[in-house]
Amino acid sequence: MHPILKLVAERLGIGLLLLLAASALIFGLTEVLPGDAAQAILGQAATPESLANLRTEMGLDRPAFTRYFEWLGGIMTGDMGVALTNKLPIGDQVASRMSNTLFLAFWAAIISVPLALVLGLIAVRYQNRWPDKIISGITLASISLPEFMIAYLLIFFFAVQLFWAPSFASINDSMTLLEQLHAISLPVAVLTLVVLAHMMRMTRAAILNVMQSAYIETAELKGLNTFAVIRKHAFPNAIAPIVNVVMINLAYLVVGVVVVEVVFAYPGMGQYLVDAVVKRDVPVVLACGVIFAAVYIILNIVADVVSILANPRLRHPK
Amino acid sequence: MTTSLLEVRGLKIGATVYPPGEKPHDIEIVHGVDFDVEPGKVLGLIGESGAGKSTIGLAAMAYGRGGVELTGGSVMVNGRDVLQSSTRDVRRLRGAEVTYVSQSAAASFNPAKQIMEQVIEAAVLHGKFNKSDAEQRACDLFAKLGLPDPDNIGNRYPHQVSGGQLQRCMTALALCPEPDLVVFDEPTTALDVTTQIDVLKAIKDAIRDTGVAALYITHDLAVVAQVSDHIMVLRMGEMVEYGTTDEIINHPKEDYTKALVSVRSIEHEEKQPTEPVLRVENITARYKGTKFDVLHNVSVDLSPGQTLAVVGESGSGKSTLARVITGLLPPRDGTITFAGRTLTPDQPSRSIEDLRELQMIYQMADTAMNPRQTVGTIIGRPLEFYFGLKGAEKQKRIQELLDEIELGKGFQDRYPAELSGGQKQRVCIARALAAKPKLIICDEVTSALDPLVADGILKLLLELQKIEDVAYLFITHDLATVRAIADSIAVMYQGRVQRYGTKSEVLTPPFDDYTDLLLSSVPEMKLGWLEDVIANRKMESAGN
Repeated sequence: MHPILKLVAERLGIGLLLLLAASALIFGLTEVLPGDAAQAILGQAATPESLANLRTEMGLDRPAFTRYFEWLGGIMTGDMGVALTNKLPIGDQVASRMSNTLFLAFWAAIISVPLALVLGLIAVRYQNRWPDKIISGITLASISLPEFMIAYLLIFFFAVQLFWAPSFASINDSMTLLEQLHAISLPVAVLTLVVLAHMMRMTRAAILNVMQSAYIETAELKGLNTFAVIRKHAFPNAIAPIVNVVMINLAYLVVGVVVVEVVFAYPGMGQYLVDAVVKRDVPVVLACGVIFAAVYIILNIVADVVSILANPRLRHPK
Repeated sequence: MTTSLLEVRGLKIGATVYPPGEKPHDIEIVHGVDFDVEPGKVLGLIGESGAGKSTIGLAAMAYGRGGVELTGGSVMVNGRDVLQSSTRDVRRLRGAEVTYVSQSAAASFNPAKQIMEQVIEAAVLHGKFNKSDAEQRACDLFAKLGLPDPDNIGNRYPHQVSGGQLQRCMTALALCPEPDLVVFDEPTTALDVTTQIDVLKAIKDAIRDTGVAALYITHDLAVVAQVSDHIMVLRMGEMVEYGTTDEIINHPKEDYTKALVSVRSIEHEEKQPTEPVLRVENITARYKGTKFDVLHNVSVDLSPGQTLAVVGESGSGKSTLARVITGLLPPRDGTITFAGRTLTPDQPSRSIEDLRELQMIYQMADTAMNPRQTVGTIIGRPLEFYFGLKGAEKQKRIQELLDEIELGKGFQDRYPAELSGGQKQRVCIARALAAKPKLIICDEVTSALDPLVADGILKLLLELQKIEDVAYLFITHDLATVRAIADSIAVMYQGRVQRYGTKSEVLTPPFDDYTDLLLSSVPEMKLGWLEDVIANRKMESAGN
């Protein structure tokens, strides 16, 4: 078998194991928390008898192991269970929430990733000169501010003062794409500012590291201009570390948007999770946890695979 | 003079240095150098490290490596002063009129791109050829340089070809845009001796066939004698002597040139074998996780107070043998007897006495010392560890050892960064001697040093051998070193001992084919040597 296929298969296997471990951990954590679904439903009015009855009815009196595997089996067949609060199947709600979150993450990524790479290249080209310092300064400032702070600042200026964009990012299927984009413009801007610095600085550091190599001197002695040297000879060798950071930030765009979704009242996964936690809707919390874990693991596998593919020694063995 | 292609006048080059414990300041590293290169001629620049030869070579492309700045004088290429040219004009010159071949092709090729793309890049960029013509020219050059499968080798990635082949690809890269001048910067120094002569021959033929002029930079006078028309000897940024190759090699005027020419003047009388202190019997070894033995049935003896030279090319197993003897790599089979005791295979289970009596000196003195410890601490450590010496007693012994390695009193408080390459290696020798060993394994201890400095280290080692009666297992690829210091020799080839005996036995014909190839490949300071050797070869070199 080609060594690359083997490495990719290995990564996929490890990813599956990791996901299994994460599901067990999430389930275990909700188990050790005080109270359970029965308690949550009955609330303050619970008597020991009614609690015991409801637990038997819901199967909660059975051992945790049995319930874990039952739950796991359900997830693997696409059945995530029923929400306690509204008795609706979790799967349907997750689907619509997830598509909203991915829509937001997608547009944030489309803007932030190329922008970070280009800014990183410019920072290298003008290393330690004013363009580098301005780029570093602005991106560092934006990552240093808490995201809700950036969000409120943007709302204040662009929604309250200038009326350019709505402060509530509610979208639905009846809107056109342009209307939707207009609705999410502020959350996308916030997310972009939050993830930009990390990716841009890694791009800068990874390329600068490569710029020390002897083959960069070879390229300069061929008469290439500095930007061509960076683009043609430095960047291809800096892909692996850059992709890793990009993927971590993409994962953040999906699973880390809780604050931004709450501030802009955006109907995504983050809102959904926060609601479920407040209402102690354990099955929903479990489902969200597993989905977030899966997103993280998948994106990291993608990063690993791209790093492997970027290495000519693995792509073209001797 | 209008006939000169390259005309350098009063070239001054400066750099900012950051010495430990001092403020950074500017120094001048080249102090006004004049020379010419005529079209189609080869000028050899020779000198030790720090002589400024690479810096001068790169100045022909208006390039200063690191913090180096071209501060004065003029460098005229085809009648234009490149030091006064705009960045744009300099870029038009680089890769078109002047090209560069570096010492390490392995580092100078971009690992992420195919060889062909990199070879033709400059020619296409400067509009000398279109892509397909450039590729055709590259293939012709690959063929001319004796590369295997010249039509397809360009599709490979740098890691897919050997070091010697990559060095030839680098030469093709430099010749592809039809430059007027090529700067060769130690192009064969990193290669094995048998590979070196093939590459040297390929470069020489390519220079002759394309009619290009060249600056050939090296520290090896014997190498430069084979390719140059003229030679300029440099020392500490100044010209020592300039002349035709014949004048420099056969009739040097300056003392420094004479010292370079007559290097390796060590007198050493061969000793006859006695009851061995180290006996290696039938050692077979392989690295963990691999499927092939790297040592096959290796047996050698070493008598007390004598030197056994283990010679061979990279990959022949000579350093692996050292790892087996020191216990870092337990062998699969075979025994090692040392000072009458059978050594346990792995190092952790050896007694402190075994460890003390078997010391090691490494190729890179730099990385073998803790940069944050003073020389006194470095040498003092084995004195504490093996003999429990403390205080005044320890200081006295450190001083004795420093005297033995011919370094003065002040060196005790210095840090490794404040020492020269030769001085560092001397400290490593003192550290090994501090343990009062019976055997020191010397792994390529002089290969990172300049010839004159290396000579000093070898003389010191021989002197210490007389005083301390210590045996050396001397691992090297340099046969000149072997001739200078060995009592017996083991020639290794592909993990086997190919030829073994006293020095006179091993160096007396008839030879087996490999020993013949190895011995004949050592460059000699003789005009026309290269052609004679190639014509009389019985075996292809391994690096091809």
